[in-house]
Amino acid sequence: MLLSLEGATVRFGGRAVLDAVDLDVTEHEIVCVLGPSGSGKSTLLRTVAGLQPLDAGRVVLDGRDQAGVPAHKRGVGLMFQDHQLFPQRDVGGNVAFGLRMQGTPRGGQSARVDELLDLVGLPGARGRAVASLSGGEQQRVALARALAPRPRLLMLDEPLGQLDRSLRERLVVELRELFGELGTTVLAVTHDQGEAFALADRVVVMRDGRIAQSGTPLEVWQRPADAFVARFLGFDNVVEATVGATTADTPWGPVPVPGGSAQGPGTLLVRPAGVRLSAAGEGLRCTVAARTFRGTHVAVQLQPEGAPRLEAACALRDAPEPGDVVGVRFDAAEVVVLGAPDPFSALGARAVVKDPVAG
Amino acid sequence: MTDAATRTGRPATAGGPGRDGDGRTPRSTRTPRPTRSTRRTRRTRGDLRQNAARFALMALPVAFFAVFFAYPVAAIVSRGLHGDGGWQLGRIWDVATRSDIRHVLWFTTWQALASTALTLLVALPGAYVFARFDFRGKQVLRAVVTVPFVLPTVVVGTAFLALVGRGGLLDDLWGVRLDTTVWAILLAHVFFNYAVVVRTVGGLWSQLDPRQEEAARVLGASRLAAWRRVTLPALGPAVAAAALMVFLFTFTSFGVVQILGGPTFSTLEVEIYRQTSEIFDLATAAVLTIVQFLAVGAILAVHAATVRRRETALRLVAPDTTARRPRGTGQWALLAGVLVSIAVLLVLPLAVLVQRSLDAPGLGYYRALTHDNSGVFLVAPIEAVGNSLEYALAATAIAVTVGGLAAVALTRRAGRLMRGFDALLMLPLGVSAVTVGFGFLIALDEPPLDLRASWILVPLAQALVGVPFVVRTMLPVLRAVDGRLREAAAVLGASPWRVWREVDLPMVRRALLIAAGFAFAVSLGEFGATVFIARPDNPTLPVAVARLLGRAGELNYGQAMALSTILMVVCAVSLLLLERVRTDGTGEF
Repeated sequence: MLLSLEGATVRFGGRAVLDAVDLDVTEHEIVCVLGPSGSGKSTLLRTVAGLQPLDAGRVVLDGRDQAGVPAHKRGVGLMFQDHQLFPQRDVGGNVAFGLRMQGTPRGGQSARVDELLDLVGLPGARGRAVASLSGGEQQRVALARALAPRPRLLMLDEPLGQLDRSLRERLVVELRELFGELGTTVLAVTHDQGEAFALADRVVVMRDGRIAQSGTPLEVWQRPADAFVARFLGFDNVVEATVGATTADTPWGPVPVPGGSAQGPGTLLVRPAGVRLSAAGEGLRCTVAARTFRGTHVAVQLQPEGAPRLEAACALRDAPEPGDVVGVRFDAAEVVVLGAPDPFSALGARAVVKDPVAG
Repeated sequence: MTDAATRTGRPATAGGPGRDGDGRTPRSTRTPRPTRSTRRTRRTRGDLRQNAARFALMALPVAFFAVFFAYPVAAIVSRGLHGDGGWQLGRIWDVATRSDIRHVLWFTTWQALASTALTLLVALPGAYVFARFDFRGKQVLRAVVTVPFVLPTVVVGTAFLALVGRGGLLDDLWGVRLDTTVWAILLAHVFFNYAVVVRTVGGLWSQLDPRQEEAARVLGASRLAAWRRVTLPALGPAVAAAALMVFLFTFTSFGVVQILGGPTFSTLEVEIYRQTSEIFDLATAAVLTIVQFLAVGAILAVHAATVRRRETALRLVAPDTTARRPRGTGQWALLAGVLVSIAVLLVLPLAVLVQRSLDAPGLGYYRALTHDNSGVFLVAPIEAVGNSLEYALAATAIAVTVGGLAAVALTRRAGRLMRGFDALLMLPLGVSAVTVGFGFLIALDEPPLDLRASWILVPLAQALVGVPFVVRTMLPVLRAVDGRLREAAAVLGASPWRVWREVDLPMVRRALLIAAGFAFAVSLGEFGATVFIARPDNPTLPVAVARLLGRAGELNYGQAMALSTILMVVCAVSLLLLERVRTDGTGEF
């Protein structure tokens, strides 16, 4: 195990920002910590880097407890959210910084800087001023700087947070390829699940300083552990239900569930793709409240009578107009019975009922 | 699958009506870092180590202030209030109620108030013009306006003497003399402090986001109402801070009053000097020093409070984005008015000074400086130039070392103790140079600290006055360094000392240079303390000027003008060099 956090706890004025977090990262693994603002992701990185002391628990790197080891002796790399390039040094000076601190001879520094600038796709940029770089270029230089001293663990804090979307989508693929080639062990944090899923071997979802779920991107995407994770991933068709053998009793009426689901009271997630529209009069009667073009499909907001809103994903040519009345059936393959009951669903339902024509 | 996840997952973030109840935060907000206040509540080993390092850094500045400031001040207090085998606090009352002293107290206060009001009246339009207007020659004009602030008081006094005194320009032209009235003093004070207001208020004004005012206009406020409701409240603390600074400088005014006040007008500072060196009533002088000390302490406390308020509340933008060319007759007239006031109040006196110094045929006054037959000194007056430069260099080295260490220690704002230390460093700025000189005279004259015969005494006193400038110049720059830049260096393997050298030092190098320049100019012009302790055979420039002025005769007068001109040129040149270095308007002065 390259990195282990054991019961890591950090409190700011009584509030636990990290609450007894256990996390293991093995060598060559890319782990992405995913969570909303304030869930403690950045603090997690800072404790590993030695920039934030722990109130309880341990950080173990390569089998060695890091208590009392200052940041500059931990041998980990950290790429900051907004890069934090040294403004008074040029690109080469920034990339060489860690090597100079290690006491690498000048010739070795120079060769390594060129090698890394090639690697991140900025050959010949070593003499450029940091201020003249675009956001994407700064990000590449920051990455080269973090990689140069060959850290045993590379940590990325919102690595692509400030870039525009097309650049982000391109860079995330590049990063994944690069880390695969180098065999780098990576611990990244982000609030963007697209980024996390594209980058990580394993995704760790955090909530209020605790780990809510950990698994491969596919596992997390297919079977969110609870309503929080489901909603954080962007799923809104989440309701309380009483689950039977083949169907569940929900505010939307009976919904078929996959065989082998846990029975009894629980929380149900219906993915938008599992909400099938048909002619009015068949199944659950809904009014189309709004539709949003999403590129590959149309997201249709449906308002059933006396029940929470539903989101359906439709093919472009099949999408109904707002105001249309449609019938809804559910596809058991897109229905997931979640573990914990959902504390938010009652609230959400009430908000919708109060204002049924919103949208 | 991951691709599909990216596609379907991301658009879902657009959100929709009715979803706000689910407790998710909008995705666009980034994870906030823990705020300073929450972080400060924690005490760990790391904090302790850091505090230990900071106390080590503070050791030298604290020792310096203890020996060369606190100890002399304590000596003054005991000299004044301790006698006949006990403490006699009643003496303060006795002295303070003497009619001549009451007169001095009253004059000191009201002339400071009048000077402050007059300075604000003249300089606030200037601050506005410099902050909001873009015009040709603005950079040069900004430098011109700043020159008076670093000019020695003696030069200012001499210049105004040349303008409004006996045989001055106005006397020649219209037979008008102001040197027997308080106006000469007030005008000289405006001359001096114009830059303080323009720098402090104008500096902030230029960084206030004009869009704030525009937002108010769009919401229906008239131009005046928007200014009154948005800009004025934002400027308030800066105006207050500047006014307090001006009040402080004029309250403790020495050189100007000494030269222009004649026998009629005397501030506390002048009176302390008179009691010490003419009447030899050390007890009264000590009591007056204590009175002044208390007054200055009170002013500084208020100033610190206003500065703290100013630091916290505002959203600032880059100054170059807020200035634009003047529009309409009103704005051009304002610009013209400010230019005229600068020409008359700031440029004219210096021009007259130079003209007077050249009045004798063949640079006669300058040539006379090289002879030692005037009987005023033991040496030729011109030697004062060399003395001054040597002293100022030594003083600069001391001030930069002490002030630099203090600024580094104070970089992280934290703790009451540190704030107290911060205020302590400001004290010598206001606690009157005369106090420092007098204190040195009576405290450092016996073993183990018998420095009377040592040349280092003068640079030490000058450095004491220079340290606050060094701290005030470097501190804002040090504090502006992003803490995460230091963290980035640490994660890359830099030890704390390396972090300072690699991250902080390159950024403050320029500020350090500016600080050194200020310390140099201040030391060069220092008069109040030096006049006490400079030895007769080693006068500095300001001391030499004052002595020459104290003698009758055309030649002495002319020589004083010539020496003043030399001093002015040296100061102005060092300042203009600084202005080339300084492009970002950092620091408070």
